[in-house]
Amino acid sequence: MSIIKKLALVAGIGALMSSTAYAEGLSGKVIGFSQIGSESGWRAAETSVTRAEAERLGVDLKFADAQQKQENQIKALRGFIAQGVDAILIAPVVSTGWEEVLTEAKDAEIPVVLLDRGIDAPEDLYLTSVASDQVKEGRVAGEWLVANVGDKDCKVVELQGTVGSSPAINRKQGFEEGIAAATNISIIRSQTGDFTRSKGKEVMEGFLKAEGGGADICAVYAHNDDMAVGAIQAIKDAGLKPGSDILVVSIDAVPDIFAAMAAGEANATVELTPNMAGPAFEALDAFLNAGTMPEKFIITESKLYTPTDDPQGEYDRRKGLGY
Amino acid sequence: MKRQALTSALLRPQFAALAAVLFINWLLFPGFFTITWQDGRLFGSLIDVLNRGAPVAILAIGVTAVIATKGVDLSVGAVMAISGAVAAVMVSTGTPASIAIPVALLAGLVCGFWNGVLVTYLDIQPIIATLVLMVAGRGLAQLITEGSIVTFSDPLLSYIGTGALLGLPMPVVIALVLMIVTTLAVRRTALGLLIEAVGVNRSAARFAGISSRLLLLMVYSFAGFCAAIAGLIVAGDIRGADANNAGLWLELDAILAVVLGGTSLLGGRFSIPMSVVGALIIQAMNTGILISGFSPQFNLVVKSAVIILILVLQSPQAGQWISRRFTPLTPPPKRSAE
Amino acid sequence: MRAKAELWQAGNGGQDMAGESHPVLEARGIVKIFGQHRALDGVDFAVRPGEVHALLGENGAGKSTLIKILTGAYQPDGGEIVLDGAPVRFTDPLNAQGSGIGTVYQEVNLLPNRSVAENLFLGRQPTRFGLVQRHAIVTQATALMATYGLDIDVRAELGSYSVAVQQIVAIARAVELSGKVLVLDEPTASLDRNEVEKLFEVIAKLKARGLGIIFITHFLDQVFAVADRVTILRNGQLIGTRDLSTLTATEVVRMMLGKDLAYGHSSLPVAEAAKGPVKVTFTGLGRADRVAPFTLSLHEGEVVGVAGLLGSGRTEMARLMFGVDTADEGDITVAGKPVKIRNPAQAVMAGFGFCPEDRKLDGIFGELSVRENIIIALQAKLGWFRALQRDEQDEIAGRYADDLDIRAANHDMPVKLLSGGNQQKVILARWLANDPTFLILDEPTRGIDVGAHAEIVRTINRLREEGLALLVISSELDEVVAYSNRVVVMRDRQMVAELHGADITPAVIVAAIADNTLTPEPVT
Repeated sequence: MSIIKKLALVAGIGALMSSTAYAEGLSGKVIGFSQIGSESGWRAAETSVTRAEAERLGVDLKFADAQQKQENQIKALRGFIAQGVDAILIAPVVSTGWEEVLTEAKDAEIPVVLLDRGIDAPEDLYLTSVASDQVKEGRVAGEWLVANVGDKDCKVVELQGTVGSSPAINRKQGFEEGIAAATNISIIRSQTGDFTRSKGKEVMEGFLKAEGGGADICAVYAHNDDMAVGAIQAIKDAGLKPGSDILVVSIDAVPDIFAAMAAGEANATVELTPNMAGPAFEALDAFLNAGTMPEKFIITESKLYTPTDDPQGEYDRRKGLGY
Repeated sequence: MKRQALTSALLRPQFAALAAVLFINWLLFPGFFTITWQDGRLFGSLIDVLNRGAPVAILAIGVTAVIATKGVDLSVGAVMAISGAVAAVMVSTGTPASIAIPVALLAGLVCGFWNGVLVTYLDIQPIIATLVLMVAGRGLAQLITEGSIVTFSDPLLSYIGTGALLGLPMPVVIALVLMIVTTLAVRRTALGLLIEAVGVNRSAARFAGISSRLLLLMVYSFAGFCAAIAGLIVAGDIRGADANNAGLWLELDAILAVVLGGTSLLGGRFSIPMSVVGALIIQAMNTGILISGFSPQFNLVVKSAVIILILVLQSPQAGQWISRRFTPLTPPPKRSAE
Repeated sequence: MRAKAELWQAGNGGQDMAGESHPVLEARGIVKIFGQHRALDGVDFAVRPGEVHALLGENGAGKSTLIKILTGAYQPDGGEIVLDGAPVRFTDPLNAQGSGIGTVYQEVNLLPNRSVAENLFLGRQPTRFGLVQRHAIVTQATALMATYGLDIDVRAELGSYSVAVQQIVAIARAVELSGKVLVLDEPTASLDRNEVEKLFEVIAKLKARGLGIIFITHFLDQVFAVADRVTILRNGQLIGTRDLSTLTATEVVRMMLGKDLAYGHSSLPVAEAAKGPVKVTFTGLGRADRVAPFTLSLHEGEVVGVAGLLGSGRTEMARLMFGVDTADEGDITVAGKPVKIRNPAQAVMAGFGFCPEDRKLDGIFGELSVRENIIIALQAKLGWFRALQRDEQDEIAGRYADDLDIRAANHDMPVKLLSGGNQQKVILARWLANDPTFLILDEPTRGIDVGAHAEIVRTINRLREEGLALLVISSELDEVVAYSNRVVVMRDRQMVAELHGADITPAVIVAAIADNTLTPEPVT
């Protein structure tokens, strides 16, 4: 309990900090934002949060949707450079092939901030990158489980993200770190659910069959909330109670997991904040107005949510963000 | 005579492949064939294979007829997303499911009809014509759902994905009924023969007085309709429409199921029940991998190895090799002079 | 150039011993089985150096199968192949080619957009220090073509020359590559008379060099003109190998068919009076880019022959009648009632049938069974919901297969396994099963052997007697004369003449095709 309270406190301060923004200096600035597309609910929320933040700060945001294509992003960046924007935000669709256009931006003395994903390019080509720590997300989830199962043996099944994707690799690693010290917790099965609800449900069904109907499973850890939502349905179909017979912990904090939490069917989720733009704007404010170089890698907070955090309220609040 | 035909049908390599995959699953997981009765329905891994295989089987039923005409339909996965999106958005905004479901099916039919128009009247190659909808269709589904997963709690729509009838999961019942009805429809009427004729030689079919265009329109529309059914099942299953992921890449599984079932991509002879068997082979493999406990990195390798093996065993060359190898060499009987 | 040296040596020996020399290539007791069908049943065949050996047989006799075995494309199921006295096994055509057996097909298998010289030396260009000696190629190619009596620019694209020249280039390449045996598979099918003469000169030269030449053709006169011996196959059996000097044409035909031809060149023109009332009328039917408006009525029990050169509009006319191409103008009546025909399906509903010129492309469904190929048009006419049951299908297929003497092991075998003549009969059966009032036959005897030829002509005459109206397009004037009540002549996409009675002779038709002077009655 105490850990959760501490975490909640820290998170609260973080939220307070970001909303008491001292970024009045960005008012009237023109900032270009090259977004990947709208391939997921989280992405849509990131776009709407970025727009809301920009509006709050009085930033003139030029938005460009790349529809999953790097060439569109490069075109958008060249367009921003030609317009002489004050700064550029980009959520890069791939990690390579950016040197040329970023050099053009540097030559034009336009600072570039990477959102959400890193790239393979010399660090001097961009001002900073704002991203979450995926390993930490997994670790927070693992630590929550350790704190909650106590001394009793706990067999965990894991729903991985898409094989080979960085969130799948890192969230797996983080979770394993989080439970490393607890010898009573072990991962007995791990399969990919491709980050989707239907695969999450299908894989969970298989796990339940393979583990004697699920009686031995103590918890399910899903690399994203969508798979957790699918798993919850599979657990219910098998005649068990998700949230009590089998604990459900996952990552992302999308609205639907809060609905499940409000119904007592999910136990914990770690937030991947859609507010990447907030820290980015802060860094740009400091850089453009005071010449302060920000840290090269700004890590967003990985906040833990549990049923004590007003899940219904969170659900209502997030539903409006375009998830 | 009838019994002989049945035995020879059961001796096809597809059944052997299915049996082999199920047997391997049993070796990996001894409880594989255990079926219990729970909450008024059958419950077990074998039922999972049928239930999870149903969407691809339904897609395969539709795609079989398209492939038999020497065409292909790459858009069925996207059409699944569209139909799920249409139904989910409608019920979540208060429309009764009894209206939303027919509208979603109609949407699938319209999508298929569009493909058919591109193929028959504009004479666009099927792979290109349906590629258009494969890409645009998913975008359309995303527009309908506005990029998010639209969830619903409508009992009728969820029943399609998760309900049970006579102990069998609803998707299995739907796939079974669709397979039987479609098979009867093509084999008890002349449709099957005419479709095969168009697939073997479209020009000759025209000269023989077959209205190929009408047939092609119908076949593509039917594939869209089947995709819409599959889309409803997938949406009902998770009580939500996931436009980004519903049916993603399933068109390829459906085509693979048809090929495993023995229908040539060059058109001509086809068998709808065998395509369903093909879908079950694929799903039995997927379920086997799930319960095997292998690391997911092996999923695709194992799957492709098994598929290659099955396809090789089905090839005429392999058939000849096996019959040469395992039948005694006897001189063929002298043909009596005519 | 090693092959060439051997060639000349063989030539010296070959000429001395002509007649009794040892065979260069021999097939002994060859058996080939396809499924249930014995395509070859213990066939012996031998070609000697310095002879032209004709291989004859109806379609389906086993000629192509034997050739494919001799050239390595098929493996025999029994018997052996002996080359220069030693048993050999050709694994594939390249292997056979390397062993000295070259093949030239009716369709030239070379690259039309490369030069003659490149085609001759492709894959074995003379090189120096790894570089292709372009100049050397041209010199050698020019010299080589000269030995074949051709004085041409070998640097020009092969495709710019006539089929005959391309044919000779293909022969030269085959001889240079192989040099012992040359297989000529229907080489004269697309050549005119002068070109055939030229080809025969080349054949005579190669024969003098001592090559063993296997010559496959449908034209009996050419066999007598160029070949020394003949081997005749029928139904996969060897009928015999003879010196042609001891045979007459009639004897050869009898060996091929096992019976005398049922129609001769001297048959009388068909009496026009025999025909009945008007069945079908086409009035002012035309389409701007295909054929000028024409008017034609066909009577019950009448055959109208259509003569004209390729591209004269004869096929285009048939396509308009059948709705394959849609007419811009004109009317069609069947038994006095106007009908609309804008596609073949409507034509079939109106009781029309059409055996197209290109059987493979527009006629047969290769993968489907003989039975299905026969019932398909009837089924299309009946519609989707009135499916013919299996026993009905069997009955219909059986009836028409017997009627037209379609030779197939069974009616469930894919039609693509049948010979060309039998395939043509299957298409004919398809329309007869539909009980047509009007039947269009476009080149019904093209690519069909003599025996099937005669049967088709007999069938046309019989159908006429049974009261059918037929339109038959053919470039075989002897045939046209043999079955036509009337003949219409097409030239420059127009119907230019209609011939009746005593005017229906090859001479008058030829004159009408050529110009108008002999035409007694121009069509208005």
